Amino acid sequence: MTTSTDRPGDTAPPPEEDTAWERWDQPSGRWMLPGNCPDTRERTLVLEAAARLLFPTVLVFSVFLLFEGHYGPGGGFSGGLVAGLAFVLRHIAGGDDDPGSTLRIRPPVVVGTGLTIAVLTGLAPLLWGGAVLSSAKWRISFGDAGYIDVVTSLLLDVGVYLLIIGVVLDLLRSLGSGIARDAREAGEAAPRGSGGGDR
Amino acid sequence: MLAVVAAHLVLALCLPALARYNRRLAFGAGAALLAATLVWAMAQAPAALGAGVTDVVEWAPELGLRLSLRMDALALAMIVLVSGVGALIMVYAAWYFGPRSKDAARSAALLVTFAGMMLGLVLADDLLTLYVFWELTSLTSFLLVGQGGQYRENRRAAVQALLVTVFGGLAMLLGIVLLGGIAGTYSIPELTAAASAGTLAPDQPVALAISLVLILMGALTKSAQLPFHPWLPYAMAAPTPISAYLHAASMVKAGVVLVARLGPAFSVYTVWWVPVVVLGLATMLLGGWRALRQTDLKRLLAFGTVSQLGFLMVLFGAGSRVAALAGIAMLLAHGLFKAPLFMVVGAIDKACGTRDLRELCGLGRRRRGLAVLATLAGLSMAGLPPLLGFVGKEAAYEAFVLEGGTRGWVVAVGLLAGSLLTVAYTARFLWGAFSTKGSQPTGGDPVPLGLSGPAWLCALTGLAAGFAAPLVQDVAGSYARSLPPLGDAYATQYELALWHGLGLPLGFSALALVGGLLLHRYGAPLTSRARIPGVSAQRGYEAVVTGLERFAIGLTGRLQIGSLPVYLGCILATLIVLPGPVLLMTGAMPEHQAPYDSIMQVPVGLMVVIAAVALTRARRRFTAVLLVGAVGYGIGGLFVIDGGPDLALAQFLVETLTLVAFVFVLRRLPAHFDEPDTERRVRAPKAGLAAVGGVFVAGTAVVLSGARLQPPSTTDAFVANAPEAGATNLISAILVDFRALDTIGEITILLICAAGTASLVLATRYDKKKGGAVVSSGSGSPKHEQEVLG
Repeated sequence: MTTSTDRPGDTAPPPEEDTAWERWDQPSGRWMLPGNCPDTRERTLVLEAAARLLFPTVLVFSVFLLFEGHYGPGGGFSGGLVAGLAFVLRHIAGGDDDPGSTLRIRPPVVVGTGLTIAVLTGLAPLLWGGAVLSSAKWRISFGDAGYIDVVTSLLLDVGVYLLIIGVVLDLLRSLGSGIARDAREAGEAAPRGSGGGDR
Repeated sequence: MLAVVAAHLVLALCLPALARYNRRLAFGAGAALLAATLVWAMAQAPAALGAGVTDVVEWAPELGLRLSLRMDALALAMIVLVSGVGALIMVYAAWYFGPRSKDAARSAALLVTFAGMMLGLVLADDLLTLYVFWELTSLTSFLLVGQGGQYRENRRAAVQALLVTVFGGLAMLLGIVLLGGIAGTYSIPELTAAASAGTLAPDQPVALAISLVLILMGALTKSAQLPFHPWLPYAMAAPTPISAYLHAASMVKAGVVLVARLGPAFSVYTVWWVPVVVLGLATMLLGGWRALRQTDLKRLLAFGTVSQLGFLMVLFGAGSRVAALAGIAMLLAHGLFKAPLFMVVGAIDKACGTRDLRELCGLGRRRRGLAVLATLAGLSMAGLPPLLGFVGKEAAYEAFVLEGGTRGWVVAVGLLAGSLLTVAYTARFLWGAFSTKGSQPTGGDPVPLGLSGPAWLCALTGLAAGFAAPLVQDVAGSYARSLPPLGDAYATQYELALWHGLGLPLGFSALALVGGLLLHRYGAPLTSRARIPGVSAQRGYEAVVTGLERFAIGLTGRLQIGSLPVYLGCILATLIVLPGPVLLMTGAMPEHQAPYDSIMQVPVGLMVVIAAVALTRARRRFTAVLLVGAVGYGIGGLFVIDGGPDLALAQFLVETLTLVAFVFVLRRLPAHFDEPDTERRVRAPKAGLAAVGGVFVAGTAVVLSGARLQPPSTTDAFVANAPEAGATNLISAILVDFRALDTIGEITILLICAAGTASLVLATRYDKKKGGAVVSSGSGSPKHEQEVLG
């Protein structure tokens, strides 16, 4: 057993003779798993399992909020916050060293992408001779099956959504991992049950 | 026209990539664009010299802000310099920057940008448009002079140029706004028409005078007039092609262009012409005098530029027809002789490795071509026939001799003295660069055609323009058409020409030539010794800047004392003291104020109140944070009850996130509020202030929300248009459609906050990571402080 397979939740490397079809339902990569956890006593398996279940669900819900925003409560801001909170949950369960997904995107990039999308959405109408930030609406009809309204201002909302997620991730990076790492590098032991000094 | 200006910007964006591929190609592309601009302008010359070609794009019509460009005679003359000379300088730069020069890519892009901004500036027909381009040239020249920022000298020169020109620019903006306010228009032709009709703010002479002086501040700083001149010689730290462009063709001419542009309107006002003419004359004399003491050829030329700019200011500030003719001729002449002179200095620098005239020796013998070229340009500078400089200078003398009177004669004699100095420093330049002074001949590698060719073309144009004086007269005449001819009948017919017959102006020229040569030959002891002790504009600038920095440090030290309670106290006190009395005096409680609308508000409200009161009694940070959260959730609950699910959702989410962020930070803070009980005397005022602040905010909320009886008129429009925006959720429609600009602004602030937080927290970590060694950022260290304080 290598060290990487010591990590809880990680799948053991399949034996060589395994065929592909036997492994189809096994997770192919690590997702949302804590990295090294030096002190196993601090782990709460229930929370980890719950986070693992909730994370994708909450993300889907956040996307729902994003699209729903035009018709009911929700929108890019709320959706982004919900998605951000999903990452917060993951951070709390996974600890400081949660390596994140295999796709490493740095938070400032997410923030910048969001703002870029929002600004470009605002400027795009200029290309068609419209005023800045004006929006258009198309109705795509599916005959009897109904129709979909596509509103360009949704793109602005997507920008907001991404930016908010980025801001929360940045917060986690700086205030969450950053402070803890500083403390470790300064030689301080993390306080037991690192949820504030009150307990 | 706007498209041409934009083309410069677009090309500038592509140039860095092109320069990485091929450096010369990048400069070549720049030169091609500038040359094309010149051709384009020349093609429209007949129309421009007639009624002028205009191009207007509404920018923000509600503010009276529009991009308004107009090509007329003055613009045409400046385009010859900005684009024509600019193209030659681009070619020169292609050979000047070495093949491995890291500066080439940036310089090429910046030069083209700069040319575009300058083009916009000379075409601007509206004071606000002019101001926009004006500041853009300041910024671009800052980047050009500063170069990569590796050398202290470059940085200081760039900062000084920026501070001085932007200081003037801001003063000018004030003046422009003031003038626009009292005149009711920012359009230059309308202002000119109103001024000449005498209807320009006749009842507000003081405001008009103030605005004119403020606008002049911009012109005087930009064109390095006394006492703002030191930045220009210091800007010599930039590479030679850049100096050549800044000095000969563009940046420093901006102030002159402004005076020339507004001169037809304002030169009748004493408050306009007196500072321009007096400071211009003083600058001309001082620049010439200081040039005589320089040993660095480039700085000699720089002080020469200062002197010539003073000359131009006098000509354009005087506001007479002949002076304006002379102004246009000298404007063109200066560009056509100063650019090749700078290029020659750059070539000498490349060939000999020095620009010090004490070290150069025997260059004239070995580089005859260069010597002839420099002499050709230098003769124009000295005002000798048959070059354009002579034509301009003759006209200048003639203008003030014709005008007569005290002003005319004082200025004429002043110009004579200035020209004498010009001849003297021209002689010093030619002697210093090419004569055989010592026994050890210096350097003198062959000069590539790329370096000498553009200079030749420029200098020969100056020669040709002297012979083609009638052509110059066409342009100058079109500009001077609206100006009054001061003096006798001859002043209305005077035209630029090489030969006007024997007369006083020719005598002046001869006198200046002889006097200048004598001064150069025998005046060395005089010029090296005579200086005014204790008075130095540069020291004045440094005193102002260090004084400001000292003041800022002192003030910051008093204000930013690092105590959160004090900061909050100041904010709260201001909040209470300023709007508080107004609320007490005029605020009226709404008449039908019910204790509650829905019974559910009572328990939720109570919860908020209880949590808030408990918060003040909390001893542990964690408890306090939880109670803050309770208050927040309670408010969110109130939103739900009042029927604002969108607000409630956002409130709940933000509250949760805040709680998490607090908990993160709390890990590093002590568990208890360590407020010693001994500080009771501080506690009482704190509690008092907080309580009054709270009551005030609550009172304001009640009074202000009660003051509105009808829904705001905009609401109806929002509701009516929401379906058009494709939204059934009005809040969302407002956020992403009606008020989308606000939303973009808000998320930008979020971005700044996130970046700020990350920088603050992670800064220490990045310091540590530099190769294991601790690298401090430097600010705040004693060394840095010393550097700032000078």
